Amino acid sequence: MFAYIIRRLVATIPVMGVVAIFVFSLLYIAPGDPAAVIAGDLATSDDIARIHAQLGLDEPFLLRFGHWLWGVLHGDLGTSIFTNLPVTQLIAQRLEPTIALTLTTLVVTITFAIPLGVIAAWKVGTWIDRLVMLVAVLGFSVPSFVLAYVLILVFSVELDLLPVQGYVSIRDGFVPFIQHLILPSIALGLIYGALIARITRASMLDVLSQDYIRTAQAKGLASSDVLIGHALKNAAVPIATVIGIGLALLISGVIVTETVFAIPGIGRLTVDAILRRDYPIIQGVILLFSAAYVLVNLAVDISYTLLDPRVRY
Amino acid sequence: MTKVSTRFLRVAAAVALAALVAVPAAHAQSSGKTIKFIPEADLRSLDPIWTTAYITRNHGYMVYDTLFALDEHFKPQPQMVDTWKVSDDKLTYTFTLRDQLKFHDGQPVRSADCIASLERWMKRDAFGQALAQSVGEMKAQDDKTFSIVLKKPFPLLLDAIGKLSSNVPFIMPERVAKTDANTQITDPTGSGPFKFVKDEWVPGNKAVYVKNPDYVPRKEPPSWAAGGKVVKVDRVEWLYIPDSATAAAAINAGEVDWWQQLPPDLVPLLQKNKDVTVANVDPLGSLGVARFNHLQPPFNSEKMRQAVLYVLDQKDVMTVLAGDEKNWRTCYSYYTCGTPMASEAGAAPLKGKRDPAKAKALLKEAGYNGERVVLMTATDQPIVNAQAQVVAEELRQIGFNVDLQAMDWGTLITRRTVKESIDKNGWSMFFTWLVGPDMINPALNFPLRGNGEKAWFGWPTDDKLEAMRAQWMEAADLEAQKKLAADIQQEAFTSVPFVPTGQFIIPTAYRKGLHGVIVAPVVFLWNVEKE
Amino acid sequence: MAVAPIDIAAPIAQRHWLREAVRRHPTVIAGSLLLLLMGAMALLAPYLGTVDPLSVAPIKRLRFPSEAYWFGTDAYGRDVYSRTLYGARVSLAVGLGVALLSTVIGLAIGLVTGFSRIADAIIMRFMDGLMSIPPVLLAIALMALTKASLGNVVLAITISEVPRVARLVRGVVLSLREQPFVEAAMAAGTGFFRTLWRHILPNTIAPVLVQATYICASAMITEAVLSFIGAGTPPQIPSWGNIMAEGRSYFQIKPYIIIFPGIFLSLTVLAVNLVGDGLRDALDPRLARRM
Repeated sequence: MFAYIIRRLVATIPVMGVVAIFVFSLLYIAPGDPAAVIAGDLATSDDIARIHAQLGLDEPFLLRFGHWLWGVLHGDLGTSIFTNLPVTQLIAQRLEPTIALTLTTLVVTITFAIPLGVIAAWKVGTWIDRLVMLVAVLGFSVPSFVLAYVLILVFSVELDLLPVQGYVSIRDGFVPFIQHLILPSIALGLIYGALIARITRASMLDVLSQDYIRTAQAKGLASSDVLIGHALKNAAVPIATVIGIGLALLISGVIVTETVFAIPGIGRLTVDAILRRDYPIIQGVILLFSAAYVLVNLAVDISYTLLDPRVRY
Repeated sequence: MTKVSTRFLRVAAAVALAALVAVPAAHAQSSGKTIKFIPEADLRSLDPIWTTAYITRNHGYMVYDTLFALDEHFKPQPQMVDTWKVSDDKLTYTFTLRDQLKFHDGQPVRSADCIASLERWMKRDAFGQALAQSVGEMKAQDDKTFSIVLKKPFPLLLDAIGKLSSNVPFIMPERVAKTDANTQITDPTGSGPFKFVKDEWVPGNKAVYVKNPDYVPRKEPPSWAAGGKVVKVDRVEWLYIPDSATAAAAINAGEVDWWQQLPPDLVPLLQKNKDVTVANVDPLGSLGVARFNHLQPPFNSEKMRQAVLYVLDQKDVMTVLAGDEKNWRTCYSYYTCGTPMASEAGAAPLKGKRDPAKAKALLKEAGYNGERVVLMTATDQPIVNAQAQVVAEELRQIGFNVDLQAMDWGTLITRRTVKESIDKNGWSMFFTWLVGPDMINPALNFPLRGNGEKAWFGWPTDDKLEAMRAQWMEAADLEAQKKLAADIQQEAFTSVPFVPTGQFIIPTAYRKGLHGVIVAPVVFLWNVEKE
Repeated sequence: MAVAPIDIAAPIAQRHWLREAVRRHPTVIAGSLLLLLMGAMALLAPYLGTVDPLSVAPIKRLRFPSEAYWFGTDAYGRDVYSRTLYGARVSLAVGLGVALLSTVIGLAIGLVTGFSRIADAIIMRFMDGLMSIPPVLLAIALMALTKASLGNVVLAITISEVPRVARLVRGVVLSLREQPFVEAAMAAGTGFFRTLWRHILPNTIAPVLVQATYICASAMITEAVLSFIGAGTPPQIPSWGNIMAEGRSYFQIKPYIIIFPGIFLSLTVLAVNLVGDGLRDALDPRLARRM
């Protein structure tokens, strides 16, 4: 098991390497020039050329890549071109809201989606099942920003129940923390929840048709025991897989959600950086996201050993 | 799990959810002595000399002070300066600083700080560069007195060092001002009415300022950037909310106190709320600019540019850009309407009834053959986009082969540096806007200049205009200035460096508890108090 | 699943295949009909009472839906109804374009890497790398490299979808390669390409097709998100995404600008998803349990 983890971690190195090169090259050939953005509207071409040189944007590709890579290996992701602050500091500032949002969304969607999927599987073919599946498909289909606006309009503006925007750290109070995250979690989590509900249902159906379930029922076990004690446990593996895959979906959705709800997280940091060509931030964040994705997948794979005793590495 | 425990969980969850939602204080209200302010943009750079971005200029006004400052009559008034004298030959200006001026780190403001700051400013700013050519030397007599000795008279010296908008000659400590003018400073120490709390700065989200208790304001009442800067709150937070629907909801709910610039179309939404005041506190507004590339066909031909004058309809552009007529006016001048130099000299082609026939005739005379013209617009800048969309359509109507290319602002301002033809990534027209103070006279109005390759993007060449501009800088009095300004404008309507597309005011909104908002072309946070 | 009692008296031939289909797969039929409707609407847009979707009329801006303007007008005075109908073309083009392109490229890559160890080692590393970058982020970054155009949007979204298709195909190929019937075919002297064509490909079609429909749906939403951020189709070309993006600031005063294209987009994506589900059910009953 330990050896497996080590092997997997080592295998991520070439993947991260690819990402690093890809990201760096992408920005290298990008048309926008941060020097022009920095110089401002009133600048002349000379000003821009000067800033360009000063930022080291004139150096050859390999040299710049080398510098950056060296820094990364030392934990230094470079300095933001615009704000002159270290990228690691900028990311650190914004990490908390994004993690809080992502975790809350995970908790909320899993709490609702898995039971819904279980119920749908249990009552397969009935109107409950169809309703759940319909809602799930709808969940896939509505763009999250439309949903976000509708939620704000209904719950914040009309009903005055929840705050419109912003983020409050958990250190400043648990209740405001949660209040600020409810609407964003729903907007973000609907697609994710829909996916989980469907997979749960499918997985459960697969398992429920197995003989040992019928045996358990014949033995006289209560339905909930059968469902949860036997079926869900066995259905857990594909569900865990989807949770892992869904994380990529979540990160994509985080960008829109953070923009609409003005949450100062990494999603917005990245979009702003991309639109302004603040290269060091873009490089740092994409690298970070990829690393996170890889690690999450590793965690999911390891979770298989807990969920399914037949799986051994 | 047993049946009992699952039921218990379900009940507990329901209760918890109900409790959360039922808690009354749903909206985090802004507390007593803090103003939560939504600024016009995200504060990224802290160096108002290094960048001309308006948001950094606004930051500058928070933490720095200036030697002179413009009042509502466009007159430079002493701010940090106590008394000054000018020698009879107009070549030596001697300034004495006020007492008790201190930087945020406790150090007193000395002449050396002022001189170093002015030197750095003169390297970057166009007005400053013009001044620098006349300056012989700047020397300090003692810590509170210094003089500027000129080689030749520069009547606008006080206007220059009292400049209202970017770049403003803010006074920084000497050690900071000695930073190379092409490198950003990182130390925001100033001597202004607020202190910047750098530890709480989250770029892209929040910038925090606290009152500077050691600041000694002048006694006069505030008037634009001049007069006493009395801070009446403890703390100001700049919260950048990029989504205007969210910002509107936030101010309606009381989560922020003041929204600096709201999209004019949202005004009716906020007016419905009796706790929010919507006002126009900007007397000069902003001016739209439609800029040509003078180096490449077709707009290297004067006739082609003139043709545009006959079809561009300021009313249409402004309606789309600013909505209700309360928010805009036509301005058929190359200067900011409502200021001394503005007039309608030579404006007939732009002002009169739209004449597509005349425009088409001019196109024919110029030999236009349907060549493609590239108009650049930025999707993330509504003011730019509004102008581009309307003008593109107007040009299409008279037979231009318009290729409207959309990109984000970052790409646009990179692309506009390209001087090549359109098949080498060049461009034909782009759109932008300037705030009123930046266009009030030939000295400040940089799009009006005709110094060819050294000019602002578009690179018009107009030696006649340049000569007249030089004369204006040395004009004896207001009357002479006005006459020269009108002459320059006549020339401009012939050579058409750009087309002014109208004057618009972006409204501001604040909650009813806020008082003392200064009516000025730049947003100032002093004098504002909160109940 | 309860089946309605069969009318024993009626001869079997009279049980119309269409009615059967509708009864058994109501959602799929609904989805397909909806999709056909959207497609027809897109194609016939000029004949359905529309005006030029690009014509700007500042005087008429931000009007509520009325007799003259069925869905109202937007900030430039353009008719939202016309833009929505023409927008169908763009959104459908993006969806279909991405689905087609990513399927073809993904198939090619998947087949190659399924068969060649070396290609597998090199290319799949690259695919893994691409896959680990969140798709929307990747698309935005790619769009930032180029100027806004329909083609570039399709390309950018395709690039972010290809790795998953490739992985899927590769998986199928890998598992099929070891199957006895493939080995038998190769042993019997069937050429590599014939094996590919007659044995491998048909088995990849089913999952790839299902995947393609889901890609189509997600591409349409991704385009909307890209436009929302400002990195999507050029603003004057109507697509459901950028109509909504332009209308978002007015949401509280003129919600119709977002609501109409939003409904159309949701319905179309819903339709595609339903069709995808149906395809999956039809092509592989085993898969039906999986999802």
